[in-house]
Amino acid sequence: MDVVFYLSGAVAIVSTLMVITRSNAVHALLYLIVSLFAVALIFFALGAPFAAALEVIIYAGAIMVLFIFVIMMLNLGIQTQTQEREWLNPKAWIGPAILSAALVCELIYALTLHKGAVFAAVEVTPKAVGIALFGPYLLGVELASLLLLAGLVGTYHLGRRDERSAAREGDAP
Amino acid sequence: MASVPMEHGLLLAGILFGLGFLGVLVRRNIVFMLMCVEIMLNAAALAFVAAGSRWAQPDGQVMFIFILTVAAAEVAVGLALVLQFYRGFRTVDMDAADRMRG
Repeated sequence: MDVVFYLSGAVAIVSTLMVITRSNAVHALLYLIVSLFAVALIFFALGAPFAAALEVIIYAGAIMVLFIFVIMMLNLGIQTQTQEREWLNPKAWIGPAILSAALVCELIYALTLHKGAVFAAVEVTPKAVGIALFGPYLLGVELASLLLLAGLVGTYHLGRRDERSAAREGDAP
Repeated sequence: MASVPMEHGLLLAGILFGLGFLGVLVRRNIVFMLMCVEIMLNAAALAFVAAGSRWAQPDGQVMFIFILTVAAAEVAVGLALVLQFYRGFRTVDMDAADRMRG
């Protein structure tokens, strides 16, 4: 399982790098889905099969479909791509990237100083997760349902096309 | 899984979070910025699952489910805002909205 962990970790990092450097939104989205699949494999390797299934179903399924719908509704043309490519000028980000790479090297150094704690070889089953979720974390579940309701109402309110802006769009097509 | 140190899992989560943060900083397209926020949330969830796996407790996966809920609500509201933004400004450039006026 070590090979699975390190290989999918490398895939996740590379595909996330591709996400933040693409100029076409759909290409970036496809790389993001690859990255989420890699993280799901890592969850599976870590002994969390329920989290892995949720990652694929909800993240790579539902949330990415929302992104695809919005990209299709925006229907951005080729000029947006060329503009993105101009914005991704290496001069603008090479300095911060070198400084951040130094910080990452420090993080790797600091985390490799301590040896000893390895991942437990046991698998945490969905049953245990469910018992914890509807036992001590019941209040959290209620709060999550309130949050989802607030998100639903907010999205409905924001996504509604009111008469004023519809009339304005009708004037100037 | 007997030989992967827990630090490597946390390190991976940290690198993914940093990449998402870098994306938020360098991109000006609002759709890309939302994607990068998703990457950051996902990295935080990975850190929780890694910690839960280290002590073989279900709490990490419970927190993962909560983060998933927050991410779903955030992306729904965020994408509705993107659509409103595009209707108002006819662009997806964040810098077009540098004034707080309707």
